Amino acid sequence: MTQKHIRSIDDLGQSGIEEILALSDHFHEVSTRRIPKVPALRGKTIALLFYEDSTRTRLSFETAAKRLSADSLNFSIGSSSVKKGESLRDTVETISAMGVDAIVVRHGSVGVPWLLPSWTGAAVINAGDGSHEHPTQALLDCYTIRNHLGELNGKKISIVGDIKHSRVARSNIKAFLALGASVTLVAPKTLMPFNTDDWGVDTTDQFDSVIEDSDVLYMLRMQLERQQSSYVPSLREYANEYGLSDIRTQNMKPKSLIMHPGPMNRGVEVSSNVKEHPKSVINNQVANGVIIRMSALYYLLGSGSETKFESFDDE
Amino acid sequence: MADLERPDTPLGRGVFHERSEIMNADGVRRALWRMSHEILEQNSGLSGIVLVVLEVGGVHLARKLAENLLEIEKENVPVGTLDVAFYRDDIGIRQVTPSNPTDLPFDLSSQIVVLVDDVLFTGRTIRAAMDAIVDFGRPAAVQLAVMIDRGHRELPIRPDYVGKNVPTRRDELVDVTENGVLLGVMKDAKS
Repeated sequence: MTQKHIRSIDDLGQSGIEEILALSDHFHEVSTRRIPKVPALRGKTIALLFYEDSTRTRLSFETAAKRLSADSLNFSIGSSSVKKGESLRDTVETISAMGVDAIVVRHGSVGVPWLLPSWTGAAVINAGDGSHEHPTQALLDCYTIRNHLGELNGKKISIVGDIKHSRVARSNIKAFLALGASVTLVAPKTLMPFNTDDWGVDTTDQFDSVIEDSDVLYMLRMQLERQQSSYVPSLREYANEYGLSDIRTQNMKPKSLIMHPGPMNRGVEVSSNVKEHPKSVINNQVANGVIIRMSALYYLLGSGSETKFESFDDE
Repeated sequence: MADLERPDTPLGRGVFHERSEIMNADGVRRALWRMSHEILEQNSGLSGIVLVVLEVGGVHLARKLAENLLEIEKENVPVGTLDVAFYRDDIGIRQVTPSNPTDLPFDLSSQIVVLVDDVLFTGRTIRAAMDAIVDFGRPAAVQLAVMIDRGHRELPIRPDYVGKNVPTRRDELVDVTENGVLLGVMKDAKS
């Protein structure tokens, strides 16, 4: 059996997404226990290779590994031989030689997760590659929406803000569409990618035109660190046109959700008290992050090979 | 048949071919009635007893046991379900896919836990179940009730309450429903 990876939502497809969401119901139950830990991945080692800063993604992967009884190796560039000039390939081969079963990688360059399998036999999870993809974020968003709205099929989801630089948007669009939702991208023309024609989504630059219709308003962070030139006249003007203000939340459907992948720029894409709004599920997203990452690790490392499966005869 | 195709008992893909009927519906009903009385006799009543069912096979048996216990003692016994997939010792050797999420809405500490399953075979599922149970508390005792003990144990585990002991071949399959117990084999869909 070839090694499974989660580098992109495309690696999973609809069936893979459904399988991970089904596993998540189990791990949700596990996380409510007195001892929120199972021995499922005992003896497995998971390396966390983060070339970019992260709080919630790295911590949730680490927590997920511990709750599955796997060991985790933490790697951050600040305290490693990367500072001495070690290449990505050498670093990956070094970690691989220590015997790891999965590598969770975040890197500023697009495509890094696709390079890794030629250097290591470990399963690869993409925790963000440049402005390309962030599949586990999309999975936890699907899980959060499904828990609050029942299913994604037929739901209208508007993704608002800095689409151009957002890996979250790219993974979420694929996952939402795979589960039957319709997606509208909302952004000023400068922050809208120019090749959206074959993405299967609607686009608009008028935020107010989608608010009443949307089942989910998915607010993206203004990625100030990835923006090399000014895409908006000022953050204040952006907040006026595309920020989710208290007045705008009043126009939302009765049963609808506010989501944000974090970290938030309060006062820019969302007003300062939106996280505490009754429609906001932003805190649920964080809690579901650990659960989804348990499912992702179990999906990759918990299954055996097909050949052994056939000869098995246990009750 | 749905039980046979459940993903956590992969006996190869194929179709179940019946060889013989081990018990009929009346036999299953009478065995459960006897086991209900044995549970009460062994524990001097129903106090402190909880039933913990192993997904998926034991569910209909536990429902019937609970009905019997209510009829005999006029008292409800708590019933919870347990999925042991994450405690199995063959994760990574084969595909281990959980069935339904665990649902144990009561504390197991100081209780007498009666595990309920349809078939006792290698004992590995019960080993996993015992590991899972201690994560939920420290029971006063753990007992085991199964409809069929088919032998071939690989661990030092024995049942406390048995519907019927049945000698089997390793490649055979035992199918337990409320309508009876069948012994058969899995064959290729083509043959």
